[in-house]
Amino acid sequence: MPDPFDSILYKYVYCTLSSTDDVACVGSGLFGGGLLPGGLEWLAYVLTAVTIVAVLINAILGGVLMMIWGERRLLGRFQGRTGPNRWGPFGLLTPVADAVKTMFKEDVMPTVSDRLVFTAAPILMLFPALLIYAVLPFGAGTWLADINVALLFIIAIGGANVLAIVAAALGSGNRYAMFSAMRAVAMLISYEIPLVISLIGVLMLSGSLSLVAIVNAQTLPFFIVQPLGFFVFLVASMAELNRTPFDVAEAESEIVAGYMTDYSSMKFGLFFLSEFAATIATSGVITAVFLGGWHGFDPIPSQIWFIGKMVAVLAVIVWIRASWPRLRIDQIMNFAWKALFELTLINLVVSGILLLIWPSPSTPELWYMAGVNWVVFLASIYIFGKVLGPKHDPVAAGNIQSGITLSDSDAPAIPAGGGD
Amino acid sequence: MPLKTEPITINVGPQHPSTHGVFRMRVTFDGEEVIDVEPIFGYLHRGSEKLAESRTYTQIVTLTDRMDYVASMTNNMSFILSVEKLAGIVPPPRGVWLRMIAAELQRIASHLVATGFFLQDLGALGTPLILMMRERETILELFERLCGARITNSYMRPGGVFMDAPDDFWPALNRFLSDMPHRIDEYEDLISGNEIVAARCDGVAVVDSQTLIDASVTGPMLRASGIDWDLRHRQPYEYYNRVKFNRPLATTSDNYARYIVRIHEMRESLGIIKQCLEQIEPGPVRPETVPALIRPPAGDSYVGTECPKGELGFYLVSDGGVAPYRCKVRAPSLINLTLLREMLIGDKLADLFVTFGSIDINMGEVDR
Repeated sequence: MPDPFDSILYKYVYCTLSSTDDVACVGSGLFGGGLLPGGLEWLAYVLTAVTIVAVLINAILGGVLMMIWGERRLLGRFQGRTGPNRWGPFGLLTPVADAVKTMFKEDVMPTVSDRLVFTAAPILMLFPALLIYAVLPFGAGTWLADINVALLFIIAIGGANVLAIVAAALGSGNRYAMFSAMRAVAMLISYEIPLVISLIGVLMLSGSLSLVAIVNAQTLPFFIVQPLGFFVFLVASMAELNRTPFDVAEAESEIVAGYMTDYSSMKFGLFFLSEFAATIATSGVITAVFLGGWHGFDPIPSQIWFIGKMVAVLAVIVWIRASWPRLRIDQIMNFAWKALFELTLINLVVSGILLLIWPSPSTPELWYMAGVNWVVFLASIYIFGKVLGPKHDPVAAGNIQSGITLSDSDAPAIPAGGGD
Repeated sequence: MPLKTEPITINVGPQHPSTHGVFRMRVTFDGEEVIDVEPIFGYLHRGSEKLAESRTYTQIVTLTDRMDYVASMTNNMSFILSVEKLAGIVPPPRGVWLRMIAAELQRIASHLVATGFFLQDLGALGTPLILMMRERETILELFERLCGARITNSYMRPGGVFMDAPDDFWPALNRFLSDMPHRIDEYEDLISGNEIVAARCDGVAVVDSQTLIDASVTGPMLRASGIDWDLRHRQPYEYYNRVKFNRPLATTSDNYARYIVRIHEMRESLGIIKQCLEQIEPGPVRPETVPALIRPPAGDSYVGTECPKGELGFYLVSDGGVAPYRCKVRAPSLINLTLLREMLIGDKLADLFVTFGSIDINMGEVDR
């Protein structure tokens, strides 16, 4: 059973407030500890929780603002322009200005909307995104809750945002939104399966669903040991997040803004916020499960390591967004069922066999596993790419006949015009 | 038990991010599949053809700018050629070469816009569009040096162009000519080999060449089906018979073919500009004899020109007055759009806008 005192966050705040004579608290509270008189330990518990949650939520909001800024700056760099740089140093205050503007905009509610559902949807969308942070270990001893079913919790909560999308679509009574919701549901159903199965390899290695235990099990980061699992998880979570190239649910050039089409003001702001919060949370999950979590080398604190890895994952996501067009919905479905699902099964079988050979792997044995897994990874990606990829070769397919000269003799004949 | 479903009708546009202006479609979907499309246009109708009847021939040039506003130079050229044929004006060589340089620059700019927005419709978040807008900006700056305007140029006049190019135009043009091939390589690196682009575009919205000919579709859309029909080559106007250029063709006639033909045509246009630079000589850009008010003899004229979007021609009827009796525009955007319904039915919602983007229309020209 995890002990709340494992979390140094919890320990420091609790010991500062409570005048308990718990052994674990000796010397760890600020101001000598015991700000509350004895007998009020229950209040210290409550206040500790409230404090940490308040700090975390504000940190998330700050993180979202930072990510909006970072994404826009990075996208600007990818596109050969500067990005926002007017307001504040390096344009850092631009998202703040955006947020203020969003708050003061008129809140339009369509007459055909179902007011309750329409209003509830943005809130429904925000909660799952925030709840994931509850189980993320941001550093050694820095987490809100170390529950022993953390991964299950994340998967369950992560899927809940599709409810909000459907609610938004139904509530706003918009046909573009309806398309968006249908696409989102179809994608959730398809991608949840590879997402979950890709994690089983990690579970078998770590023997636990707790994120803290998974991080501790990573003497070698699991993306080296489980490349296929990492790949599938990254792709599937990008689909869950509606990020490019899977952003069909809010495909701007097709269905305007998807389920957000009729939203304005802070309702839209909440959607925006929760999307970015979910993206950061997912990059946190990827960091914890596959990139070794807070592990790093010493002079740099573990929290910085964790955030640094998160930022790296986010940068990759933005990079993909800047480079690739969007897939079509039927291609996305094909990709999930014909490629990702099979890849996870291959990963599962190979990992299972490897674990039979090395039942409780030490670090060198993890390297052996990594070697086998990488061979399987590259081979299967190559084969799947050959089998499922587009059969496209502009030159061989006769797609382009360049070099036709001016003379009429070698030009192809013009078919006769029809009609009269 | 079969599920009871019913088609859903959606109004797309005129305020939609991907309708390239104020185009409107009433689309009926069965799930994601398009089962009917009803194009509706006319939101940008300004009566340019009627307005032309009450303006002198020089004044009408400004109206042509505002038809296809991403290809003003070629519009100018098409109209001017028709007037010159009607009034029997012969432009001096330098004027013609300058017009050809401007027109080919405009072709590159227009194809950049077409490909950029096509990729935007595919869902590429701005990157190809912004890269292409960067090069278009260079071309617009060249135009600014040439005539002081960026979009609505009104650069050409019956008999030539209204002003010789300034001295600083030529180095800037040479810089552009040496940069641009690398830029096109950059686009090809980013787009042409991209598997998502291939998966999205290959075999989508295929039209056979006979249908295209029957609908009198012209331009890159026709050449993407393997028909070698380029008016610069078939009915050379200006000095296009004095330059050598390849005519890129594709055979598959799908969205990818329409994209790749445009990319290759940009390279050919660069080659044409280089040859123009080799052959251009000092001299007048406009004959002294052209009067301020042109009164062509009674009669009519039509010159078809190969504009970025297809065959653009002005049919002018003169009654001997200072303004045309009738001016009819053969607008490639409008005529290429006629096959939209046939191309879209059976495709997915996402391909609707990609196909629409691949036709490359301009609402200013469709509605006039």
